[in-house]
Amino acid sequence: MELRARTPAGPLAEKWDRHRFEMKLVNPANKRRYKVLVVGSGLAGASAAASLAELGYQVSCFCFQDSPRRAHSIAAQGGINAAKNYQNDGDSIWRLFYDTIKGGDFRAREANVYRLAQISVDIIDQCVAQGVPFAREYSGYLANRSFGGAQVSRTFYARGQTGQQLLLGAYQALCKEIARGTVLMYPRTEMLDLILIDGRCRGMVTRNLVTGEVAAHVADAVVLATGGYGNVFYLSTNARGSNVTATFRAWKRGAAFGNPCFTQIHPTCIPVSGDYQSKLTLMSESLRNDGRVWVPKRAGDTRPPHEIPEAERDYYLERKYPSFGNLSPRDIASRAAKEACDDGRGVGPGGRGVYLDFADAITRLGRQTIEERYGNLFEMYQRITDEDPYRVPMRIYPAVHYTMGGLWVDYDLMSTIPGLHVLGEANFSDHGANRLGASALMQGLADGYFIIPVTIGDYLATAKLDKVSADHPEVRGALEGVARKTKRLLSIGGSRTVDSFHRELGALMWDKCGMARTAHGLGEALRRIPEIRAEFWENVTVPGSDAELNQALEKANRVADFLEFAELMCRDALHREESCGGHFREEHQTPDGEAKRDDERFAYVAAWEYAGEGAEPVLHREPLVFENVQLAQRSYK
Amino acid sequence: MTMHLKLRVWRQPGPTAAGRFVAYDAPDLSADMSFLEMLDVVNERLIEQGEAPIAFDHDCREGICGSCGLMINGVAHGPMRGTATCQLHLRSFRDGQEVVIEPWRAKAFPVVRDLVVDRSGLDRIIAAGGYISARTGGVPDANAVLVAKDDADSAMDAAACIGCGACVAACPNASASLFAAAKIAHLGLLPQGQPERAKRVLRMVSQMDMEAFGNCTNIGECQEACPKLISIDVIARMNRDFLRASLLGREERVGSSGEG
Ligand SMILES: Cc1cc2nc3c(=O)[nH]c(=O)nc-3n(C[C@H](O)[C@H](O)[C@H](O)COP(=O)(O)OP(=O)(O)OC[C@H]3O[C@@H](n4cnc5c(N)ncnc54)[C@H](O)[C@@H]3O)c2cc1C
Ligand code: FES
Repeated sequence: MELRARTPAGPLAEKWDRHRFEMKLVNPANKRRYKVLVVGSGLAGASAAASLAELGYQVSCFCFQDSPRRAHSIAAQGGINAAKNYQNDGDSIWRLFYDTIKGGDFRAREANVYRLAQISVDIIDQCVAQGVPFAREYSGYLANRSFGGAQVSRTFYARGQTGQQLLLGAYQALCKEIARGTVLMYPRTEMLDLILIDGRCRGMVTRNLVTGEVAAHVADAVVLATGGYGNVFYLSTNARGSNVTATFRAWKRGAAFGNPCFTQIHPTCIPVSGDYQSKLTLMSESLRNDGRVWVPKRAGDTRPPHEIPEAERDYYLERKYPSFGNLSPRDIASRAAKEACDDGRGVGPGGRGVYLDFADAITRLGRQTIEERYGNLFEMYQRITDEDPYRVPMRIYPAVHYTMGGLWVDYDLMSTIPGLHVLGEANFSDHGANRLGASALMQGLADGYFIIPVTIGDYLATAKLDKVSADHPEVRGALEGVARKTKRLLSIGGSRTVDSFHRELGALMWDKCGMARTAHGLGEALRRIPEIRAEFWENVTVPGSDAELNQALEKANRVADFLEFAELMCRDALHREESCGGHFREEHQTPDGEAKRDDERFAYVAAWEYAGEGAEPVLHREPLVFENVQLAQRSYK
Repeated sequence: MTMHLKLRVWRQPGPTAAGRFVAYDAPDLSADMSFLEMLDVVNERLIEQGEAPIAFDHDCREGICGSCGLMINGVAHGPMRGTATCQLHLRSFRDGQEVVIEPWRAKAFPVVRDLVVDRSGLDRIIAAGGYISARTGGVPDANAVLVAKDDADSAMDAAACIGCGACVAACPNASASLFAAAKIAHLGLLPQGQPERAKRVLRMVSQMDMEAFGNCTNIGECQEACPKLISIDVIARMNRDFLRASLLGREERVGSSGEG
């Protein structure tokens, strides 16, 4: 396998322009002859499907929810970044580029990140034109807020529902095309395998989740925009349905997987309350604009928060990182919370929590301002915990939130399988080893609205694509493979539920491949995972049949993939003998406990190739070359 | 504190099969559990006994995707105002209480299985005109058109709709007016939404009629059931827009059958 990033030549700021000029175009009249399958209707998928259809391609779009509007992107709260510099506070494309590269701990491609920062400004224009009701000042101009890892105010937001409003904008654009007949929408349909012919991706196999019908779709190109795999940890802030199946099965068909161990643990989530817990709820990072994070100075201090005097509180983020304080990047804030709790200074039941306190902000700004800024988040918190955050500080703890890893793509967003493109959280992305807040929405929409519509044209115009018949042996083979796997899952008839395996895997991953990792722990996980997997295939029970709506079967398929994928994550985490961003190897830290990168040995993207059932995956390295920024130890002090 | 609930759940194997209530005893629950976590626990027990779990839609579990939606003791999304089913916690129930769980009941929402219904009619209402036709690219700078803060805020209030369908389920006429009107208000309150305003309302209302949704007779149950507390004022606004558009005769009434 060869990793060709296809990064265009020339100065950083001109690469994208130059590349757009150099790419081949598909004649407008010919576009309707090409069929493109878009898997996913989140920000990346919906924006791609709508934009490709506007250009004239025949598009089919797929999602597993009952409506494309319900994709996981809908849950994003805090905002979307753009280098508009509307605040005149020194922002620029270069600064957003630099913040993102630095935030990612220098493990992303310069050219991609620069392009992302360039496109960011167009995204806001597009969304406003669609009617996204972003927050406004009294003057009628757009408002901004600050987010972690940045000292400028460049985040656009729609209350605490930015993802919802952006997704509805993209969904409505998609609906407009569905009504025109240019997009065929397949809700409640799950992609379960790809179809490769002559080394190119020419379609896929899906299962209709209502009738169970397994069908093949042939096309000229496939776009995966299937989101992240945070649910490998069982508990995460992701929607319950988010899963790795689409990207993992593409991996098994030959698409390299980039940096699978790079996962983001978000510092501000509501702590776990019991073993029935089904998901963790994020409290938007924007809360750290006004909330102050603290724990008692003394270990084992169980006094209620209001009885702990100021002098006995440790505002550890402000103390350790005076220049960014409570707005330190996520990986740093998460680790600091873990440290405080490991020291025995955690608060709340089980001692896995820290305070996020609004008392000062309420005194300074008044309750009404706080209510305006965060009302819906406070309400959500109260609903879940039964505590009033206007009166008692919130209790928060880090939780799995986002996956920077994903299928490896070149500058054109194409995977190592020609014709298979990957967008949004599903690709290994522009975020390196840590994503800055409000940058995922930006990336998903950049990929979907502005990049893929151009780059896919170059692929289609240059690839020689013969017609594929529906009874091609590869098509039939893929169909049979899916049917076989389903039959097997249904026939095991063991005694444990799918969820019980998922919980067991999740606990193991959180423990060994979570916020802090060691060679020893990862080694243990690599021993345990195959055992859990073996038991799954012997002892899982999946009731019902394959010819009906069978939610247990859907889960079983997804968990079966997580059980294999987890191993790839641990292997990647074990091989990366450095700490960077969200990947913290305890063996590699500075004397004051910060992540210690090893640029000599690890300034590369780890791209893993599937080598067959039971064989060790093969590691390929894409060296990261920094021509425009200087690699420095990340400092937020 | 552990809790015990006595459930009566609507079970229906498929769209054409007959449905019925089945009683389940649900002991050893925690008051801090969410309602859907309670159903997870019940389902785990059912699967362990080799029975089919209760099918229900859910995804985000934080009240924003609109997937979940159950009639709980006859009330859409249950007893807590402004709360989607997934955000409801067992502390809203009494220990030992009987809880009847049904799917959304509406002609336009046929049952798929158990508590899962087909809400695709709502998507078709949006496809009929619930958008601003801004093609990707070629739009003005985001600050080129100013929007008064009050308008932006009101637009956001309406845009908060999660498309769960509770308004339809709660309405004795099974009308989708609150849903359609919320979108019409959201877009109609913004300067960007003006050029298509008349066409939008005509088409969306006509699509609503073509689906099996009923008519609005101003009962107001919809706003009581709405997990986002969207006010029925948007319906009055829709009616005004509709009247004005009809009088202007900008376009004859058309559906979303592809001529858009
Ligand atoms: C609680 C929360 C808050 C967040 N807040 C922010 C924020 O404020 N700012 C920010 O920038 N980012 C935020 N993020 C991150 C951001 O929301 C996501 O990274 C982003 O929305 C992912 O978009 P996507 O289009 O790549 O995928 P998704 O939105 O996850 O969409 C995936 C789509 O793929 C479909 N799919 C998946 N697998 C299959 C399959 N096998 N077959 C068919 N369809 C399939 C799904 O149905 C869905 O339509 C947040 C994330 C969470 C969890
Ligand atoms: S599961 Fe998303 S709103 Fe309830």
